[in-house]
Amino acid sequence: MFGYIVQRILAAIPVMGFVALFVFLLLRLTPGDPAAILAGDTATPEQLEAIRESLGLNDPIFTQFFRWVGQLLQGDFGTSILSGKPVIELIGDRMEPTISLALTTIILSVTIAVPLGVVAAWKQGTLIDRFVMLLSVLGFSVPVFVIGYLMISLFSMELKWFPVQGFRPIGEGLGDFLHRIALPTFTLTLLYIALIARITRTSMLEILGDDYVRTARAKGLPESRVLMRHALRNCSVPIITVIGIGFALIISGVVVTESVFNLPGLGRLTVDAVLSRDYPVIQAVILLASLIYVVINLLIDIAYVLLDPRIRYT
Amino acid sequence: MSLLDIRNLRIALNGAWDAEVVKGLDLSIERGQTMCLVGESGSGKSLTALATMGLLPPALKSVAGSITLKGENLLEAAPARLRDLRATSMSMIFQEPMTALNPVARVGQQIEEVLEFHSDLSQSARRSRVKEMMEAVHLPDVDKMYASFPHQLSGGQRQRIMIAMALIMRPQLLIADEPTTALDVTTQAQILSLIRELREDQGSAVLFITHDMGVVSEIADDVTVLKLGEMMETQAIDDLLRRPQTDYTRDLLRSVPSQVPRPPRDGQSNEVVLSTDNLSKTYSGGGWFSKSREVKAAQDVSISLIKGRTLGIVGESGSGKTTVARCIMRLIDPTSGKINVGGTDIAMLSQKEVKPQRKKIQIVFQDPMRSLNPRIEIGQSIIEGPLNYGTPRDAAMTRARELLELVGLPASAVDRFPHQFSGGQRQRIAIARALAMDPDVLVADEAVSALDVSVQAQVLDLLAELQDRLGLGILFITHDLGVAAQICDDVLVMQHGRVVEYGRAGQVLGAPQQDYTKTLIKAAPGRHWDFANFRPFAEAAE
Amino acid sequence: MTDQTAAIRPPGRVSPLARTREIVLSSPLVTIAAVILVLVVLSALLAAWIAPHDPVRLTPSQRLKPPSETYWLGTDAFGRDLFSRIIYGGQISLVVGVAAAIVAVISGLMLGLLAGYIRWIDAVLMRMVDGLMAIPSILLAIAIVSLWGASLWTVLVAITIPEVPRVVRLVRSLVLAAREEPYVEAAIAAGTPPFLIMRRHLVPNTVAPLIIQGTYICASAILTEAILSFLGAGINPETPSWGNIMAEGRIYFQINPGIVLWPGLVVSVAILSINLLGDAVRDALDPRMAKRGIER
Repeated sequence: MFGYIVQRILAAIPVMGFVALFVFLLLRLTPGDPAAILAGDTATPEQLEAIRESLGLNDPIFTQFFRWVGQLLQGDFGTSILSGKPVIELIGDRMEPTISLALTTIILSVTIAVPLGVVAAWKQGTLIDRFVMLLSVLGFSVPVFVIGYLMISLFSMELKWFPVQGFRPIGEGLGDFLHRIALPTFTLTLLYIALIARITRTSMLEILGDDYVRTARAKGLPESRVLMRHALRNCSVPIITVIGIGFALIISGVVVTESVFNLPGLGRLTVDAVLSRDYPVIQAVILLASLIYVVINLLIDIAYVLLDPRIRYT
Repeated sequence: MSLLDIRNLRIALNGAWDAEVVKGLDLSIERGQTMCLVGESGSGKSLTALATMGLLPPALKSVAGSITLKGENLLEAAPARLRDLRATSMSMIFQEPMTALNPVARVGQQIEEVLEFHSDLSQSARRSRVKEMMEAVHLPDVDKMYASFPHQLSGGQRQRIMIAMALIMRPQLLIADEPTTALDVTTQAQILSLIRELREDQGSAVLFITHDMGVVSEIADDVTVLKLGEMMETQAIDDLLRRPQTDYTRDLLRSVPSQVPRPPRDGQSNEVVLSTDNLSKTYSGGGWFSKSREVKAAQDVSISLIKGRTLGIVGESGSGKTTVARCIMRLIDPTSGKINVGGTDIAMLSQKEVKPQRKKIQIVFQDPMRSLNPRIEIGQSIIEGPLNYGTPRDAAMTRARELLELVGLPASAVDRFPHQFSGGQRQRIAIARALAMDPDVLVADEAVSALDVSVQAQVLDLLAELQDRLGLGILFITHDLGVAAQICDDVLVMQHGRVVEYGRAGQVLGAPQQDYTKTLIKAAPGRHWDFANFRPFAEAAE
Repeated sequence: MTDQTAAIRPPGRVSPLARTREIVLSSPLVTIAAVILVLVVLSALLAAWIAPHDPVRLTPSQRLKPPSETYWLGTDAFGRDLFSRIIYGGQISLVVGVAAAIVAVISGLMLGLLAGYIRWIDAVLMRMVDGLMAIPSILLAIAIVSLWGASLWTVLVAITIPEVPRVVRLVRSLVLAAREEPYVEAAIAAGTPPFLIMRRHLVPNTVAPLIIQGTYICASAILTEAILSFLGAGINPETPSWGNIMAEGRIYFQINPGIVLWPGLVVSVAILSINLLGDAVRDALDPRMAKRGIER
C-alpha cells in the first residue's frame, strides 16, 4: 500500500514537469522577444534588461528551463505587467472567492447528481431516467455564462432574491456568504451535475448487470440495500475519478462564472490579465491550476486504496 | 407433494410468444433429491433457474405456467414475498464465483448480510453462526477468512463462500447453475462432494444445472434434458445413461469424449516437425517496488512432435500450457530454451527473422467469437497469410474456397461475415485459415473448449480427418482429459509451469506414474461411464 | 442440428443511408435536433441571402433598439441588427466546430496508434497527454490567444489542442484492447507486418468511436469558442461570432438582455442538437460504448 502511494506520487512529478515544459515552450515559441512579452508594452529599457537578466536568454534553452523551474519552486512567479506587483501576491489575494465557489459547487453537485444518477439507472428507460439524461445533455450544451445571465435575469432582476454580483468572505458571516455565493454556485453546478449524474448512471447501469448484484438479490436483500451497499459502493471509483477529472472543467467554469458575477477571484484576475496581455499572471494561474488538478487527482488515486481492496495488492 | 413443481413453464423474449426461449417445461423435485437440468447453450436451463428465483432480467419478464414451491406459486408471488423466500426457502449459486461475489466487501460480511435480513439474531450470534457455516463448507482458518476479500481467495474457496451464503438459512431448495464449470477439475470434484454432503446434512433438494454429462453422472438422482427450450425427456440417472429415450439424448451421450486413451498409432514417419528444448518463460513482476514477484510461467519444457501425430498438453488453469503454446507461436518471447520448427531454432529470432518460419506453424484459438475479424469477409481472413507470402490474390482465393469445402462449409461462404456463422462454423473457418498456409504444425489452444459437446465432437472429427489427409502434426492444448484421451498420441501433463509427466497417451492416462496425474484422472467427472456405449466401463470389462 | 449443416445466417447489414435514417428517426427529440441542425447550417451557409441587414454596418441612431419589424431581435450598442449578426455568427462557430473535430480526430488517431503500438512512444506520449489534460482547457486557450493574438487561426489552434489528448487516450485504449483479440494474434501468426495489422485490423475498430467523439468535439469546440469570445480572448469583434455578440452585449445586459440571451439561446440549441445526435449515433452503433471511455 505504501509502495502504491509512493508510486502514484512519483508518477505525478513528470506530469507536472510536462505542464511546466509546455508553459515554458509556449512563451519561447511565440515569435518575438519573450522578455518584451513578459515586460509589456510600457516597459522601460531598464526593466526589459532586468527581465532578460533573470531569464538568462543567452544560456542554452535547457539551462533556461531549469533555472525557471528553480525560480518557480522558490515561489518566484515573476511580476505582473499591469500592477507591477509580484504575481504570487496577486494570486494569494484572489484565492478565497475561487476556492469558496469551487467547493460549494462540488458539494452541491455531488449531493444532487449521485442520487439522480442512481435513480436514473435503477429506473432505466422511465420518465425520470429520460429527464436526468436530458438534464445532463443540457448541462454539456448551454454555455456557463448563458446560465449565469439567465439566473441573474430571473432571480436577481425579476424576483430580486439574490444580489446581481459581488462576494462576501465566509469570515463576515455565513448567511451573507451563502446569499452572495448562491447564484454563482447554481450557475456552475449544472455542468458538474451533468457530468457526475451521467457517470453515476452509466456505471450503475453496468454494475446493475453484474453477477454480484444478482447474488445480492438472490440473497433476498431489499432493493435499497442492493443499490446502495452492492451497486453504488462499486461505482465509487469511476465516480470519484470523474469528480477529479471534472476539476479541470470546474476551473474553466469558475473563470467564466466569476466574470459574470464580478467575483474578485482568480478567474477575474485571469480575464483582466488577458485583456491587458499580462502574460506572467496567466502563466502563473495555469501552473497553479494544473498543480491543484494534479494534487487532487493524486489524492483520488490514493483514495482508491480505501475504496477498492483489490488495488492494494497490484 | 413435491418440493418444487414446475408445470408448463414458458418464457418469451420481450413478450414475443412466437419466439419462446423455454417451451412448456414440466419438472418436479422431491426433498433430498438432486435433479440435473442438462442442455447445451441456448437450451433455456439457466432461465428456468432464474425464473424460479424470480430473477429473470427485465427483457424476459413474459412468463407463463406455474412454478410451485411447497404449494405456493412463485410466479404469482409479490416481490416482497419472493424476497422473503429467497435465502430462507430457496437459494442459488452461480457459475463464476469471482464475479458472483461483491469485490469490495469482506466475504464474511457478505454471508452475514443474509442473517441480517432474514433472522433476529444479534450481531455476535450472527457472526458465530457465519463462522460455523464457513467451517461446515470446510474453509480453513475461518477467523482470518471472514475478513478476507474475494480476490484473496482461490476459485474453490470462493465457491465455498457462495455455498455457505446460500445454505446458511437452511433453505429446502438449492439451485446450482453450472457451479463447477469455471473451476479446475480437482476443485470441481471437491465442490461436487461438498454439495452432496450438505444436501444429505440439510435434507434439501438440489436443482443442478450443467452441460457436462460427466458431472451429471456424478451427482444426479434424476435428469431432465432440454434442447433449445424444449423438454426432451426426464428419467432417473441410471435409466437415462443406459436407455436414453430420444435421439437427441443419445447423440449427446455419444458425443461425450471417453476417458479411455485411444489406441496408439504407430508412425509411418519419424520426422520431428516441432520440438522444444528446455523452453522457459519468466514474467518479471513489473514496477520498481515488486521486483521480487517473478512468475515462472513455464520452466524447462521439452517436447517433440512427430509428423501426422497429436501431442496433447494437459493441465489446470495456471499450469503454463497456454504460455508454452504462445511461446512456440512467438506471440510472446520465451526467456530461454530452444524452439525448433522444421530445423530452425526460432526461440530467439527477431519478429522479422521469424516471419519466413511462421508459414510452417499455425494456430487455432479458443474463442470462436473473437478469432475472426468481425469487419472483414471470412475469405479475406483466410487469404491474409498466403498474400503475406506472395501468393497472388486469385490463387489464394481459389484455395480459400477449396479449404472451406475441406472443413465442411460451402465454398460460396468466402464473402460472408463472421457474425453470419455459428460458433462451430467459425472454428471451422479458423481451421481453414490456419491450413491456408500449408503448415506442418497446427497448434490448437483449447480450440474446442468453448463449443457445445456435440459441436465439439464434430470439430474433433474434422481435425482427425485433416490430420490423416494432410499429415499435420497437431499440438493440442486442453484442460479436458477426455478430449486429450480421445485424440492424442502423446500427452504431456503440466502443473505450476513444470512438466509433471510426458509419454504415450495410453501410458500417461492409462497407467500414470505421478501422483498429480493420478489426482487429475481421479477427479475427472464421469470417468466410470462409457457414455457412448450406454454402460459403465466396469460392465464392458465383464 | 449439426453445425456443419446449420444454415449460414443472412447478412445483418444495412446501407449507411438507411442507417442514418434509422438514427434520425429513433426518437422525436433526435429528429427535432437533426432538423434544427440542418436549419442552423443552412442559415450560416446562406447568410448573405437570408440576413435582412448588413451585420457590420454601424447605425449609431439605432442603438439598443428593442425588437421591431425592421430589427426582428433589436439592435446592439452600435446599432447593428442583432438577427443578422446571429445568422452570420453561425459561420464562425461551424468552421471552428468542424475544423477542430477533424483536426483533433486525425491527429489524435495518428498519435494514439503510435502510442498503442510502440512502447517507448507510449511512455513519453502518455505523460505528455496527462500533462496537457492537467491544464484546464479554457486557461490553455486563453494563454495561447493572449500570446499569439486573436485571429481565427489562433483560436482554432487554442481550441483544438486541448481536445487532442482525449482522442489520443481513446484511440490508444481501443488499440490496446483490439491487440489482445485472437484475430489480431492470428494475423501476427500469419506473418502480417505491423503496419498492415494496424490498417486492416486496428484502425477499423476506431472508426465508429471516432465519429462519435468527433461530434462531441464539434459541440465542445463551439462552446469553447463562445466562452473565449465572451472572456475577450476570441476572434476579433469585426467578424460576428455567437460568442463575441454576447461579449459585446454584456455591459448592456440590464438594459437589453436580448443581446446576450438570443445568441445564448441559439448557441445552446445548436450545441444541444449536436450532442443529442452524437448520443443517438452512439446508442445506435454500440450501446456499450459509453463504458469504453467515450464521455464528454
